[in-house]
Amino acid sequence: MSANGQDLIQGASGEWEVVIGLEVHAQVASASKLFSGADTSFGAPPNSQVSLVDAAMPGMLPVINRICVEQAVRTGLGLGAAINRVSIFDRKNYFYPDLPAGYQISQFKNPIVGEGEVEIELADGRTQTVGIERLHLEQDAGKSLHDQHPNLTYVDLNRAGVALMEIVSKPDMRSAEEAGAYLRKLRAILRYLGTCDGNMQEGSMRADVNVSVRRPGAELGTRTETKNLNSVRFVEQAIHYEARRQVDLIEGGGQVVQQTRLLDTERGITREMRSKEEAHDYRYFPDPDLLPLELEEEMIARIRSELPELPDAKRARYVAELGLSDYDAGVLVAEKETADFFETVAAGREAKTVANWVMGDFFGQLNRSGLDVADSPVSAAQLGGLLDLLDDGTISQRIAKQVFETMFQSGEDARTIVEREGLTQVSDSSEIEALIDTVIAENPDRVAEIRGGKDKLVGWFVGQVMKASQGKANPQLVNQLLRDKLLAG
Amino acid sequence: MSAGELAGLGIAEARRRLAAREISSAELTADCLAAVEAADALNAFILKTPETATEMAAAADARLARGDGGLLEGIPLAIKDLFCTNGIATTTASRILDGFTPPYESTVTEKLFAEGAVMVGKTNMDEFAMGSSSETSAWGPVINPWRATGDNSQRSPGGSSGGSASAVAAGLALGATGTDTGGSIRQPASLTGIVGCKPTYGRCSRWGVVAFSSSLDHPGPMARSVEDTALLLQAMSGHDPKDSTSADVPVPDFAAAIPGDLKGLKIGIPREYRVDGMPDAVETLWSTGADWLRAAGAEVVDISLPHTKYALPTYYIVAPAEASSNLARYDGVRYGLRVAQADVNDMYAATRRAGFGAEVRRRVLIGTYVLSAGYYDAYYLKAQQVRRLILRDFEEAFERVDAILTPTAPEAAFAIGAKSDDPIAMYLNDVFTVPGDLSGVPGISVPAGLSAEGLPLGLQVMARAFDEETMFRVAGRIEDAAGFDAKPAAWWRGES
Amino acid sequence: MSVDKATVRRIAHLARIGVEEEELEGLSGELSSILNWIEQLHEVDTENVPPLASVNHATLLPREDVVNDGGDPDAVLANAPERHDDFFAVPKVVE
Repeated sequence: MSANGQDLIQGASGEWEVVIGLEVHAQVASASKLFSGADTSFGAPPNSQVSLVDAAMPGMLPVINRICVEQAVRTGLGLGAAINRVSIFDRKNYFYPDLPAGYQISQFKNPIVGEGEVEIELADGRTQTVGIERLHLEQDAGKSLHDQHPNLTYVDLNRAGVALMEIVSKPDMRSAEEAGAYLRKLRAILRYLGTCDGNMQEGSMRADVNVSVRRPGAELGTRTETKNLNSVRFVEQAIHYEARRQVDLIEGGGQVVQQTRLLDTERGITREMRSKEEAHDYRYFPDPDLLPLELEEEMIARIRSELPELPDAKRARYVAELGLSDYDAGVLVAEKETADFFETVAAGREAKTVANWVMGDFFGQLNRSGLDVADSPVSAAQLGGLLDLLDDGTISQRIAKQVFETMFQSGEDARTIVEREGLTQVSDSSEIEALIDTVIAENPDRVAEIRGGKDKLVGWFVGQVMKASQGKANPQLVNQLLRDKLLAG
Repeated sequence: MSAGELAGLGIAEARRRLAAREISSAELTADCLAAVEAADALNAFILKTPETATEMAAAADARLARGDGGLLEGIPLAIKDLFCTNGIATTTASRILDGFTPPYESTVTEKLFAEGAVMVGKTNMDEFAMGSSSETSAWGPVINPWRATGDNSQRSPGGSSGGSASAVAAGLALGATGTDTGGSIRQPASLTGIVGCKPTYGRCSRWGVVAFSSSLDHPGPMARSVEDTALLLQAMSGHDPKDSTSADVPVPDFAAAIPGDLKGLKIGIPREYRVDGMPDAVETLWSTGADWLRAAGAEVVDISLPHTKYALPTYYIVAPAEASSNLARYDGVRYGLRVAQADVNDMYAATRRAGFGAEVRRRVLIGTYVLSAGYYDAYYLKAQQVRRLILRDFEEAFERVDAILTPTAPEAAFAIGAKSDDPIAMYLNDVFTVPGDLSGVPGISVPAGLSAEGLPLGLQVMARAFDEETMFRVAGRIEDAAGFDAKPAAWWRGES
Repeated sequence: MSVDKATVRRIAHLARIGVEEEELEGLSGELSSILNWIEQLHEVDTENVPPLASVNHATLLPREDVVNDGGDPDAVLANAPERHDDFFAVPKVVE
């Protein structure tokens, strides 16, 4: 780590700075495709979600999907970006078996969204702004399966024509950690906005990573582009490998060649993509089947007014209004589902207690069982019910933790478990006094020590009494009664 | 009744007789089918569809009997093989679409069939509509039914809608569909002595029409009279939500706009259309046409369309550029021809080499070149800028005049093969029609006279965008005044 | 503008159109003469003239986001030169 807080990497000949930019392809959340009425759902049988437009049959024409346009505008507003009132769809021409028309409809010179920014938080507490260069709408290609037949590639066009937002960052990142943080943050924002489901395993979000290295502060070096990375870990892996490869290459007297690469995820290395060896000449030109896309100010204003609270704003509110620490607030807002869960539980309850429970026992159980918030067997309402029992003294903190574990296994309500297992806290002072008397009678030496001035031993007696009650005694009451008995004299 | 008599009826007259039950669509269709069968020498059809036609005619007769016939109920038409027809092979005159049967119907043919039209077959044309002579078809050239006086050599019907033009001129169908990208309806109409109309861009849907150049392709009608052409256009027009460039404007009653004099109308004669080497007959016919319009009450004025000379070079950038992209889908993967190869790029190259003819390959290469890195600004962008200047020429002219009168083509039908070796000489045939495609304004060719060799010549009327009504009215007065009733001798039936 | 043989080869590859070596010369001549004829456009002053992509003055009319198409793999695959199950099959692509 250098003095200015940037991550430099050490080569044989000195320090190198890594410069990283990301192009993220995010599938637009929509029922039908960008230019056809075919379904966009994941996992359907091959070629079952393909219209004749998607298959580029002769004479077929594209008609734009209103919702896809609105989702792009929503995303742009969520990224604090400029919305372009007029944008143009261009054709990007190249041949590939899963690109039916021989061109992809994209936006080249006039994208729908211009410059914006994303704030990222790093592990050491630093925050940093990553610039967004642009966001444009384009069609996805189909899927080529190369491993189904020894000398054939199979083509499934279900994805062909699905709407993507390509979100291009500025080359503002300097380490794999920053790139990872950016990707996680971008994903969170899209999910808050509801414009992309962010499901990276299903390919709803993929990143192309541009990496170059240079001497700190020098001119930008030649970059490589590693394509189609579908997890944060792969993005980080590709950056680590590429940065080191480029430094070694340059220090060994070689030159970085601008090229497209693929990550071998098993070996953690990148290699040149053979099908992209030739220099591309995409021959972009405005798609004559589509007119310029003009947005009405009222539409933009309506979408702006409907924007949900985004993670940065939510985090600030948790700190300012709920009194949470910045760290806790950051953890709770990182995923939309977590924030939603937290807010449901916290409604009408003490926020800090709720935060501790969500981040403590709740996250702990989820981690142990490998589940996401969305799959939790304990709903927000159920956790709230448990906290209410704790709050009104029905159960103790210790019992609450025990009940929560049972809830997580069985999915039952807290009250059901407490009642069935007789876990209600004992607040009857005569019952507790009987227990106290027994404990005092059994420990005359320690009683003497207390009376001799060692007040702190009261805590030990509280523990013994609680143990004798199997945790059900009200600890405040135990404490009070013990003090009365041991210290009063 | 003699063979071909019914097939020779105008659409308007046939409608009247069908409605009056004097004739049936079955009889009318059978007469057309017989004429088609006897006309193989014209090579006007890529696919004859007699069974489909007979079924459609029977259905039309049933509807006529119930009294709920459509605008074109029972009228036999020829359909250019660029229109996709559901369940019927569509080739666009190219080997590349070998074996392709569309599972869908183009919007225009669907509208025609919804109005009761009967399809007699799919007409021959220049491959992918790229040509002005209908010679680049993979199925061989279309022959013009017209021959020069005292000369039995075969003439081109023009193109690219040459099959439709020959079919209509020879009385094989009462009307036809065509498409006009650089003149492909109007020029063959002129060369075969029929009427052909290119409506305003956006008037007729392009959905299901195999794309050549999307910003220039105009589907439109061809028939033997202005009224028949108006009736066909009526049925073909209308907003189509499936075509984003289709215009959401009302469709007027075009035929109703034809009658009437031209009082109060100003007709422009563009001086730039007087080109070197234009035959005297064309020049004379043009000024005669102006006299006819004056006599019908119009004021005829000279106008200037200063960028006319740049229309053809502009067209030969825009059209090939769009075509190079539009034709990328013919890759041997999902339909049509595939030439087997072990490597996918070799498969593409071999398939497209074998599937496309020489002119298509030439235009795809030109289009690829003008869009490629380093040349885009010098060619494509420049062409788009000049295209705007050409549109402005028309917009400014239409501030002064209501219609423009020009010759349709610079010459009458030329001999088959006369221009095959010289692409630019071929391209020059569209000099008067290309500006209308680049600017999108409607144009119609009306047969108005004969050349010195006895071959038909047409005059073109252009009007403001979406003012086909004025265009039809002016065309109607030319038709009246010209009284063109010459017919080609039916040599193809072996009668000559 | 003259289009040399190397350029013809390059654009033919971009366009995926097979061209035999002995055709290059002829194509080079044809394309050059067409481009030379097109060059007359450079006489026109287009300073500050906005390019015209479409004569249609309208804007895009969007469709609603409803699923009303697809669901018929046979219609999509019926014309395929080579079909394996419900996939299009092509010579193997090496990535």
